[in-house]
Amino acid sequence: MEGEPLLKVEKLRKHFGGVTAVHDVSFELRQGEFLGIIGPNGSGKTTLVNLITGFVKPDSGRVTYLGKNITGKMPYTIAGQGISRTFQMVRLFYNLPAYKNLIIPLSSPRVKKLRGGEYGERDDVAVDLLDDMGFERDSFVPYKMAGSLPHGYLKRLDLARAMALRPNLLILDELFSGMAMSEVASTLPLIEKFNAEGLTVIMIEHRLRELFRVVDRIFVLNFGEKIAEGVPKEVMESDAVKNAYLGSEIEET
Amino acid sequence: MTGIDATYRKKRLDRGIKVRSDSVFAISSYREILYLVLPRVVPVITLLVLPLILKGYWGKVLVFACMYGLLALSWDFLASCGLFSLGQSLFFGFGAYVAGTLSYYLHLTPAITLPIATLGGGLLSAALLSPVVRLRGVYFAMVTLMLPMLLMKMIEATGLVGGSHGLSALVPFHNEWISTYMAVVTFLVCLFGFRRLINEDYGLVLKAIRDDDRAVMSAAINIYWRKIQALFIAGAVGSFAGAFMTHHYQFVGMSAFALDYSILPVAAAALGGPGTFAGAALGSMILVPLSESLRALGGLRIALYCGVLIGSVILLPEGIFHYMERKYHQFETFVKVG
Amino acid sequence: MSTLIYGTITSIVLALYTLGFSLTYGISGLANFAHGALYILSGFIAWSFINQAGFPFFLSALLAILISGLIGFAFYWVLLLRIRGIALSELIVTFAAGIAILELLTWRGFYGIQYSLPLFLRGGIEIKGVAVDYQRLFVIGTGIFLLILLYLFVHHTKIGLAFRGIAQNERTALSLGIESDWIGALSLAFGSALAAVAAIVILPMGIMESTIGYNVLIYALTVAIVGGLESTSGMIVASFIIGFGQVVTARYIGAQWMIIVPLSAIILVLAIRPSGLFGKFKELEERV
Repeated sequence: MEGEPLLKVEKLRKHFGGVTAVHDVSFELRQGEFLGIIGPNGSGKTTLVNLITGFVKPDSGRVTYLGKNITGKMPYTIAGQGISRTFQMVRLFYNLPAYKNLIIPLSSPRVKKLRGGEYGERDDVAVDLLDDMGFERDSFVPYKMAGSLPHGYLKRLDLARAMALRPNLLILDELFSGMAMSEVASTLPLIEKFNAEGLTVIMIEHRLRELFRVVDRIFVLNFGEKIAEGVPKEVMESDAVKNAYLGSEIEET
Repeated sequence: MTGIDATYRKKRLDRGIKVRSDSVFAISSYREILYLVLPRVVPVITLLVLPLILKGYWGKVLVFACMYGLLALSWDFLASCGLFSLGQSLFFGFGAYVAGTLSYYLHLTPAITLPIATLGGGLLSAALLSPVVRLRGVYFAMVTLMLPMLLMKMIEATGLVGGSHGLSALVPFHNEWISTYMAVVTFLVCLFGFRRLINEDYGLVLKAIRDDDRAVMSAAINIYWRKIQALFIAGAVGSFAGAFMTHHYQFVGMSAFALDYSILPVAAAALGGPGTFAGAALGSMILVPLSESLRALGGLRIALYCGVLIGSVILLPEGIFHYMERKYHQFETFVKVG
Repeated sequence: MSTLIYGTITSIVLALYTLGFSLTYGISGLANFAHGALYILSGFIAWSFINQAGFPFFLSALLAILISGLIGFAFYWVLLLRIRGIALSELIVTFAAGIAILELLTWRGFYGIQYSLPLFLRGGIEIKGVAVDYQRLFVIGTGIFLLILLYLFVHHTKIGLAFRGIAQNERTALSLGIESDWIGALSLAFGSALAAVAAIVILPMGIMESTIGYNVLIYALTVAIVGGLESTSGMIVASFIIGFGQVVTARYIGAQWMIIVPLSAIILVLAIRPSGLFGKFKELEERV
């Protein structure tokens, strides 16, 4: 275990009006780790992602990434440092062909720097990326309008968009929601492969079975507070978690 | 579609030129080449030939149309990244006054003042409006609408840079042919340049900012910096028009910030069809001669533009150009129903 | 002392200019760029009733307020209904309609000394050695009265609560059975009626001409931007800053420099706090 964690979140807090969305959440993340975050609906998971990625400014607390304080920085600055995310409700440009959606991250200064100061042939890079995500190049799926693609493809397109930035840390906000079983089965190995290649991943997911197979560690949020943390099996057996979930989802797994 | 006559209906088919993406065509015959090239070549040649035919008054109208066209293009460019300007006269006025003061106090020729005014006007616009790009669109519209009016009042009240009398007897263009062709060529270059730019990756990012700025931010792109760049480009184009007209009139006054320069470009773009640049150009080529021929109406002209503007926004939101483009790309036949 | 009194008057006048604009924007998110035009138009309507129809002043004033409310209402149903929600089109249409009204008024030749509204109250008093006429005091009174009335209306009546509902969350309000088109139209109607009230109390202090419409729009926008768009308290503070700024400038530097005050206020606010003094910097959170 190295000395410096990749991401360090300390006592992060956010209120919306009278509601506490995230209450004093702290955690650390090592390089190459695969962390899962679970919790009932409305427990503040997405807000936590928004706080880390700069879309929402925290009321108090501190986010440190690679030793640098990134609390309250603009989203593009944070993304430029290598934290990339997907959205729970995909945010794509539906009136563009699928591969053109990737042109936007591919035109960012970060990608230019990583490619050694030049952008290269962005269209080809984009199509290759989509090919990796399982877009059938031979049937011209990457060239179809994003708006005409089914939901599972949109989710994967969003993943491709996040990966196009060549992130160090990938945050997946309910990537699998609304995906068919077969799509999940084909996408999950991809993420595992990215992780095996050194990418650090935070995964927020309701599909616990899939999540538990891949993560090293999980923590559970309930009403904005971290109620348990550890290896999946131990965490799910703690009483606090059982109470939070009222047993319903645990029985499924 | 009621009654017995409704046994025929229109059937529309897209012309079958296979396109892989926006810019790659699979062309198989001269007819298809002509089909693609004609709509681009015909207006270019027309505009290049027109100065030879039009003399005197109507020659001047052509220059006006080109300058208003530049303002409309600049408006359309800003609109394509989500900045709705109601004060194109701000850009126009900046350019006009930079060129005017340089020419009046230092007696510089247009060859020097035009580039300075273009760049300087662009920088001024970008610097002055840069705080607004962080706010919602309505702020940008409000600020751009107000600034030219306030600047006009300030010049009137304080008597700076010529006050309400303006600066006159400025250095003129040497040769009318050169100036006319400069207007036409700049207009064409801007038109096709913008059309190209917006379809490049750079323009793709700008349009993406308009559609969903959060998604663009999550792609590590500084949207505010991009918007300021767009402001600079649009401001420079508008300023060029202002500087050009200053030398054309050999005069610059408060009228450089007048409402005409704000409302007509918007009307032109709305009439022609926003988002295509060709629409904005077409709109100004229609509206400017129309308004010149209605010069007798005086102040009513502006009311007329407003009427055109409201009408086209409400009744024909896609604009003339989109309509024409659709008709050009489609066959229409009547087919029997049932 | 006279600075204090005239500063207050100028500030209240500015607040009156802005009231209608900011009410409409606050409720339905419509930036009514025709606000200045409606202001001066209602002045001319009142004038026509008095001088051409020969109605008594109070009746004409009432009719003018009513009619301009109706104009605002009709404006929404005729022009804005089809383009509601398209920010660009809304901006363009209100802007163009305002200018069309102003230019038509100019073209009709409403200009000159004969076009002025009669004073409400004649005469004046001296406050600590400063002569103030009753009309100006009346303006102050009306301004304060309207602000209080507006507060009560928005917080304590059914329609006012519906307004606030729409302003906070349009979709939720829709699902609770509040019709957004009606509210939009009503917001425009109220905004225009307020413009008319402002016109009827303020215009008698000077002559009427259509270019005043542009000034009103400029000042209303300035105050709204400096104060922050949705904030009523911001609006009041901003009117006082600009109002007093103008009076002080006119007194100690020179009347021609007055216009510098709103201009520099805007530039300063934009540079330091772009969302306005009391505005919320919502650019990121608004669409979460």
